[in-house]
Amino acid sequence: MANVLVVAEHVDGQLRKVTLSAITFAQEAAQLTGGDVEVLVLGSGVDGVAEELSKYGVSRVLYADDAAFQNYLAEYYAPAIVACAQQTNATIVCSPASTTGKDLLPRVAAGLEAGMVSDAIDVFDDGGMKFRRPLWAGNVITTVEVTTPNKVVSVRTTDYDSAEPTGDTAPVESWDAGLESRDDVEFVSFDQVKSERPELTDAEVVVAGGRGLKSGENFEMITALADVLGGGVGATRAAVDSGFVPNDWQIGQTGKVVAPQLYFAIAISGAIQHLAGMKGSQNIVAINKDPDAPIFQVSDYGLVADAFEVVPELTEKLKSVVE
Amino acid sequence: MKILATVKRVTDPDMKVKIKPDQSGVVTEGVEYKMNSFDEYGVEEAIAIKEEHGGEVVVVSVGPSESTKELRTAMAMGADRAILVETDEDLDSDAVARVLAQIVEREEPDVIVMGKQAVDSDRNQTAQLLASYLDWPQATFAFDVEIGDGWATVGREVDGGTATKRIKLPGIITADLRLNEPRYASLPGIMKAKRKPLDTLTPDELGVDVAPRVEVLKFEAPPEREAGEILDDVDELIDRLKNEANVL
Repeated sequence: MANVLVVAEHVDGQLRKVTLSAITFAQEAAQLTGGDVEVLVLGSGVDGVAEELSKYGVSRVLYADDAAFQNYLAEYYAPAIVACAQQTNATIVCSPASTTGKDLLPRVAAGLEAGMVSDAIDVFDDGGMKFRRPLWAGNVITTVEVTTPNKVVSVRTTDYDSAEPTGDTAPVESWDAGLESRDDVEFVSFDQVKSERPELTDAEVVVAGGRGLKSGENFEMITALADVLGGGVGATRAAVDSGFVPNDWQIGQTGKVVAPQLYFAIAISGAIQHLAGMKGSQNIVAINKDPDAPIFQVSDYGLVADAFEVVPELTEKLKSVVE
Repeated sequence: MKILATVKRVTDPDMKVKIKPDQSGVVTEGVEYKMNSFDEYGVEEAIAIKEEHGGEVVVVSVGPSESTKELRTAMAMGADRAILVETDEDLDSDAVARVLAQIVEREEPDVIVMGKQAVDSDRNQTAQLLASYLDWPQATFAFDVEIGDGWATVGREVDGGTATKRIKLPGIITADLRLNEPRYASLPGIMKAKRKPLDTLTPDELGVDVAPRVEVLKFEAPPEREAGEILDDVDELIDRLKNEANVL
């Protein structure tokens, strides 16, 4: 039987919601292979995450609790996942196309002698299993076929809804990874950006600013608008390059991909590299003083105006609307 | 210290690619090419490591013969010599990684610096595959690299913040965009680069079968988003968001 193995993502025992989108992908893939969806959780103190994941319509959750997995290192995670895939007859291994998934999955693919699909947005049967994925900053979509028996897939989670709890729970089993330690790699630290705001990839509303804001201080008007709407904050590569905001805020080809209900593009010209990360949003509002800015080609609502004037006005007026 | 950096020739990222009518690929006529931008950061870092620790920078490209232009650019920036593994086929990441593994066997570098992804194929796989084939440690998405005592301490861009990882050399580092500011090639640099050695090999000569593990069957344009309306003022915007889009 050809099972599908989902590698769960969590931060210190807190499930990352993107994992639920990867489960939805896995369920679609498993319908094509006729196998089961199983989930693997690696970490330390992750039995709670494993229990939580058992509710989402999967066949089994395996978890490997090991101090060596406490902090993510590809060199330790990849061989464990390879061993798990082999023991559970998984022919497809998938995970979100997060920075962890991107770092980790090629090593898993090499270990399984598998071809790997990056950023899958679709899986279907058309005389064999096919995948679709964006490239060239989202300006091209290719249909690809993996010629190896094993397949590894990073899932573009914005293209998949989160799996829902089914009311049933799957068996949860502890699994021994049989880990060998290495002396050539050390985890030093993870410096989390503490924020009360929702994660960009989960947020229903995203407010993003571009280089047109001219400084990091001016991003305060972006965060103020986001906070009124309970939204996440983002930025263009140019704004990150200019040092205005952390790289973790970057939306686009080489940053995060988001698809919220409502996206505000403020002082963003709309370079194709940025559009690649946000054009799947349901409603796009663009505010830019240049009427010819390409962002207006993809926005639903546009204001040709100086952001420094209208964004504070919008924020103030929204306060009473949202209340 | 011997530093290997990789270079891919890609279509100019500021030009919108067009798809061939038969969906077999993208139109290449009249298209400008340049070095993949993340590889520029990688080459810059390789040169900076050499400037601090001494040694040699070797740049490698796997691609068509025209890639010599990007390799000369890397040498004009300061790389010492170049290797082109020439192929007209569009290899998948796995084939590129297996070709590079053979180069590593020949060259025995202490550290490899690569771009985190190519901005044409957007796969973000080759460095990690290569690290796995060599069983080397990897530090991807680097914004900071310190080398000393046979180890690299690397600051990495990750979801939710930044991470720091130490890898023992030999190891592989991939460049993210805050890593450095790639230098421009100077005129004397460009002149010098013309005389620097550039070896050409083929995957065949390296004994690598480049048959793809991931076969591309069809190229399509994504659905176009239709441009919406330009509104008069903030009040109209709020009204539309509330009563038309129903998102407030």
